[in-house]
Amino acid sequence: MSDKIEISCPIHKQDYPQVLMAHGGGGTLMNRLIESVFVSAFDNDALNQRHDSSVIDANGSPIAFTTDSYVVQPLFFPGGDIGSMAVHGTVNDLAMSGARPIALSAGYILEEGLPMETLKKVALSMRDAAREVGVPIVTGDTKVVDRGKGDGIFINTAGVGVIEHDLTINPSSIQPGDVVLINGDLGRHGVAIIAVREGLQFETTIESDSAPLSDLVLKMIAEGIGIHCLRDLTRGGLASALNEVAETSALTISIKENNIPVREDVRGACELLGFDPLYVANEGRMAAIVAPQDAAKALEIMSAHPQGAGSSIIGEVKQKSTAPVLMTSSIGATRIVDRLSGEQLPRIC
Amino acid sequence: MKYLDEYRDPEAAQQFVQAINKIITRPWAIMEICGGQTHTIIKYGIDELLPDKLRLIHGPGCPVCVTSTAVIDKALEIASRPEVIFCSFGDMLRVPGSEHDLFSVKASGGDVRVVYSPLDAVKLARENPQREVVFFAIGFETTAPANAMAAHHAKHEGLKNFSLLVSHVMAPPAMDVILSAPRCQVQGFLAAGHVCTVMGTTEYDPLAERHKTPIVITGFEPLDMLQGIYMCIKQLEEGRYEVENQYVRSVRREGNPAAIKIIQDVFRVVDRTWRGLGEIPSSGLGLRDEYAEYDAENRFGSAADLDSQESPECISGQILQGFKKPHECSAFGVRCTPERPLGAPMVSAEGACSVYYRYRRLSASSK
Repeated sequence: MSDKIEISCPIHKQDYPQVLMAHGGGGTLMNRLIESVFVSAFDNDALNQRHDSSVIDANGSPIAFTTDSYVVQPLFFPGGDIGSMAVHGTVNDLAMSGARPIALSAGYILEEGLPMETLKKVALSMRDAAREVGVPIVTGDTKVVDRGKGDGIFINTAGVGVIEHDLTINPSSIQPGDVVLINGDLGRHGVAIIAVREGLQFETTIESDSAPLSDLVLKMIAEGIGIHCLRDLTRGGLASALNEVAETSALTISIKENNIPVREDVRGACELLGFDPLYVANEGRMAAIVAPQDAAKALEIMSAHPQGAGSSIIGEVKQKSTAPVLMTSSIGATRIVDRLSGEQLPRIC
Repeated sequence: MKYLDEYRDPEAAQQFVQAINKIITRPWAIMEICGGQTHTIIKYGIDELLPDKLRLIHGPGCPVCVTSTAVIDKALEIASRPEVIFCSFGDMLRVPGSEHDLFSVKASGGDVRVVYSPLDAVKLARENPQREVVFFAIGFETTAPANAMAAHHAKHEGLKNFSLLVSHVMAPPAMDVILSAPRCQVQGFLAAGHVCTVMGTTEYDPLAERHKTPIVITGFEPLDMLQGIYMCIKQLEEGRYEVENQYVRSVRREGNPAAIKIIQDVFRVVDRTWRGLGEIPSSGLGLRDEYAEYDAENRFGSAADLDSQESPECISGQILQGFKKPHECSAFGVRCTPERPLGAPMVSAEGACSVYYRYRRLSASSK
């Protein structure tokens, strides 16, 4: 340790002097970037909830507020497109606070030369996705950048939702004994995207799981399920989401590999690419951490919902142990499920 | 999933564990050569199921880990050139050279692209005649046929803007070095199933004979590993030292003749520097003279001319030879993590340090 006086700066020195693609991969690099640059600069109570959407007080009524940007390539993929995804992603971030979405915004950054037909198609898809949820897109923005300075279309959506329950749906609410559920098979979105991008063909087309989760969550709340925490399993997948929750709550989440549903074609693609489905992105999946006495009923409600076919109890919350997330492997041994540092990298052989 | 779940069946795994317990009478140390096998052992927790008498030593069979710093530095230099599209398998991007990595080169404006097949790089060369396309051809015998095929295609098409930065290595010479080391603790080997799928098994016969060490060619699924370990212990207990093939569903004694032919047509055996192990005579593959114009080192200068430095703190040599386990390194998990690796074994999904960090960090068992 040095005795030198150090001048403190709210923005800490980064390990890398530049932003890398891996800083957007949902792993520890991104986490550190957010902590060291944004959280230290913007520091406030709502932000420090570290949740998919922040719950803020509007004259005594709690509302949920969130934003997300979409930069997916290709713009159209099996099971969805950038427009529907931009609605689902933001609606789901609101749903993770148990909020009923009431309004969305749509900010478009368009690249010069983008075919007008493409833009119309994306806008109509966005309209349809928002109608399905019953949330209006009430404001927007359009910017155009020079050809080569964008990637066709970038979309930012923000969302506001009202909170009509008394639960505190937050990592701080989870307790040892709580049960962890997911609402279906994992990995389809990430694999669908990479299959199109890399021209990989399988016997069946793997479709993205992109879907809105607000109705499912509101049903669970209406049925009185003691939901302690919800987390959508987007970039970084189940493994990253559970690590975030476990670290924030200073507890350990223990899951069973055999209880985690992954479709056969998705598993095959992951084997081929050297990916672990636990880290692959989903756009219509969440982890629900509920009170143990409500687990069976939660599973029943989730399984009966169109967005919950294939729901499964995958594990439970325990006192803090050797790592934030532990998994019993298919052959019965225990291992750590760690965060990735950046994106998953395809293996050599 | 068919052809996969059968090899991950917990009951069958328990039966193998019991069988191993039944035949083992004294301590043995077995090395699995391949990083893919290390990954399976730790990911599924196979070593936790095995008897204490058995010590598994993790070998140098991760191509990312053994590629020398000089070659990485050369890759960084080539990838930084504005005229170059540099193509690599994904897990090479984070391997540190003397100072930085391919990710940083990309962030600084270098055109670095991840490809799934070397033939994708050939396609890029075809589509971008005004650019120089360089493919980072690393790996064991497993990736050599496809990389050879890329050079063959480029030559056949007369592509002038395609070249390979080659740092291929071969498994048997490394096993020979490990077994010849004065402090060698390895008593039996699990050889790499996919290397043998390409090359066959005959080159292992003299190794087993000379070092009186059993070699079991083994696959990559949990049951493959358990069966390979069982077969190896059985030989050790019975005092035999033969080459046996556990991975019969894939490996033939003669290997894959078409793959061997394309390797021999394009590559020749050369001396190769291994990260952590130093130079091993006749342990690598380089392009034959007929393919000299496709050698990136002929176009952009030799890696040997660079003054490359490895981190003095990294003990990857001792890790890769099995003298030390990853968590016995003072930098492990502290100054060396997957985000900021000091050495290559912390980078690849198959690198021993990375595998330990991801699956074992806080409960590092001493096995």
